Amino acid sequence: MELLLHQVMAGLATGGIYACMALAVVMIYQAIDHLNFAQGEMAMFSTFIAWQVMQWGQPYWVAFAAAVVLSFIGGVLIERVLFRPIHNAPVLSSLVAFIALFSILNSAAGYLWDYTIKTFPTPFGHKPLLAGLADTHEVGMIGVTLGLLGLLYLFFRGTRLGLAMRAAAANPESARLVGIRVGWMTALGWGMAASIGAVAGMLIAPVVFLEPNMMLGVLLYGFAGAVLGGLTSPGGAVLGGFAVGVIENVAGTFIPYVGRELKLTIALVLIVAVLMVRPSGLFGRSVVSRV
Amino acid sequence: MSPPADDIATKESVPFVAAAGAAAPAEALSGAATGWLAGRHLLIAAAIVVAALMPFFFKSFVTFQLTQVMVYALAILGLNILTGFNGQFSLGHSAFYGIGAYTAAILMHDYDVGYVWTLPAAGAVCFAVGFLFGLPALRLQGLYLALATFALAIALPQILKFGPLEHWTGGVQGLFIDKPDPPFGLPIDSDQWLYYFTLIVLLLLFLAVRNLARSRTGRAIMAIRDHPIAAAAMGVNSSLYKTLTFGVSALYTGIAGALGAIVVQFVAPDSFSFLLSVSFLVGLIIGGIGSIPGCLVGGIFVLYVPNIAESISRGLAGAIYGIILLIIIFVMPSGAAGFVRLANAWLAGKWRPNPTARSTLGQPRR
Repeated sequence: MELLLHQVMAGLATGGIYACMALAVVMIYQAIDHLNFAQGEMAMFSTFIAWQVMQWGQPYWVAFAAAVVLSFIGGVLIERVLFRPIHNAPVLSSLVAFIALFSILNSAAGYLWDYTIKTFPTPFGHKPLLAGLADTHEVGMIGVTLGLLGLLYLFFRGTRLGLAMRAAAANPESARLVGIRVGWMTALGWGMAASIGAVAGMLIAPVVFLEPNMMLGVLLYGFAGAVLGGLTSPGGAVLGGFAVGVIENVAGTFIPYVGRELKLTIALVLIVAVLMVRPSGLFGRSVVSRV
Repeated sequence: MSPPADDIATKESVPFVAAAGAAAPAEALSGAATGWLAGRHLLIAAAIVVAALMPFFFKSFVTFQLTQVMVYALAILGLNILTGFNGQFSLGHSAFYGIGAYTAAILMHDYDVGYVWTLPAAGAVCFAVGFLFGLPALRLQGLYLALATFALAIALPQILKFGPLEHWTGGVQGLFIDKPDPPFGLPIDSDQWLYYFTLIVLLLLFLAVRNLARSRTGRAIMAIRDHPIAAAAMGVNSSLYKTLTFGVSALYTGIAGALGAIVVQFVAPDSFSFLLSVSFLVGLIIGGIGSIPGCLVGGIFVLYVPNIAESISRGLAGAIYGIILLIIIFVMPSGAAGFVRLANAWLAGKWRPNPTARSTLGQPRR
């Protein structure tokens, strides 16, 4: 029982990382209707910006703010420069653009800051909590993720801008007819997703350490979490992220013989099994299309 | 090396549109196509002759690379059957490629099966795996299907390294296999023989796909892509055809995997990672979704462009690769085949104004 509790807690801690990433993935999915495969690399790049600002002698929160703001600008710029011109291209062609962006950011980060592993500070410290089951950083990370989720909920439900963004994503033609600038709403969505990614990156970096490839695994799990929770639901994505972390840990410990070596496989098989029963994810709305 | 392959792409893609595309471009282009139908056959024959002569003009390393281009083209063709014809999306084709490669390697390494016979075996195994995987997975759509296939791509290297299977798979070390000698005492070396062997397999399988696309079954498969509900209303058994397409797609990629293993003479779990699936996908999109000869362009891209990027700058190879990708997508958003289609429509419009052709072809297909 204690082992189970321990594994669930450890799962929640890693799940917090995935949940952060899943939230950013769903944000951009809401805004542009595509999964951003370069999301992890954008977050990694933002984290490197924060690291660089700290190397220049600035305190943590200055670096944090700089990374969030610069990421927002960067996200908007990427949309305007790279994705605006091809927004009419076939869906799979924009997928290639994402892969290109992934490759460029990864390679540029390696070139600018090299591939050595760097430590990244945390504002929460690393003190053990709950008799060693968790530490302050993990709890802080989960707290920030849930806080972000709350803020996003308020933004999308309670502000005119949030409503306009939702309208632009749900029905671009009608939104344009009522005077919403759909193109800029998309750019705004990119900016917000980049900022959320930056926060996620800075929370994840103290755990996985900072290096250009730090996000690859995290993004894939975040993606899995987002799909499990339902791509149309930010809350579902966060929950999905936590679920992936817990499933991975518990399956690895408790399924005899194959568990440890194949724990990722088992987690993915379980996710697919869930999708069989609920094909739009746990909390997603099923899409109804007009014939 | 690329011009002959491009040649095939240029000439083949027009009738392919006529066979597979929407009704309007088919009508618009069929007139132009029948005009130089005989010429087109001649050009394909010429391209095959050029391809057949190539090993005599290049060093054996280039021959080896060209063989790999064809292997990748075949793998991309497998993905194309699924994505281009049936409108499904897979991130798991590295797994089928890997299963095919390991089937060939294990048969040759442990059971001394002749390399020719490993191809049908790999195809059969992959068809079975693809069909069985497709049964439940094809209830999912779009990104959810992508996740399911992604799970397959992640799982395969782990399963290949899995302890109890090491006896067959060789674990992390992988398996080495022998290079086949040319048969009947032909006066060529084994690289050249492998090139011809791959070329023959490729041509046969290209022909088979072309015929499939023009058959009743092919039309059913494409009807599901274009409008699933209408197809079902017309009496097309949607789930059966989807699952079968998945199986056939896996079969092609599996045969490519077996060929790849024979050509490289080595298999190891980490060669079949998720990144290989991404390469196939990039090759498919660069070549043009739904285009059979576009697969060759894709194969050329997958093999050569990373090397070119590396040769421009070692440190920034990834960035240069990305920039090349972006430029290609900006210039030809629907891949090489789409570009050729547009160029053809433009030329046709120049010579013989035809507003239908121009207006329909300018639009993205999907």
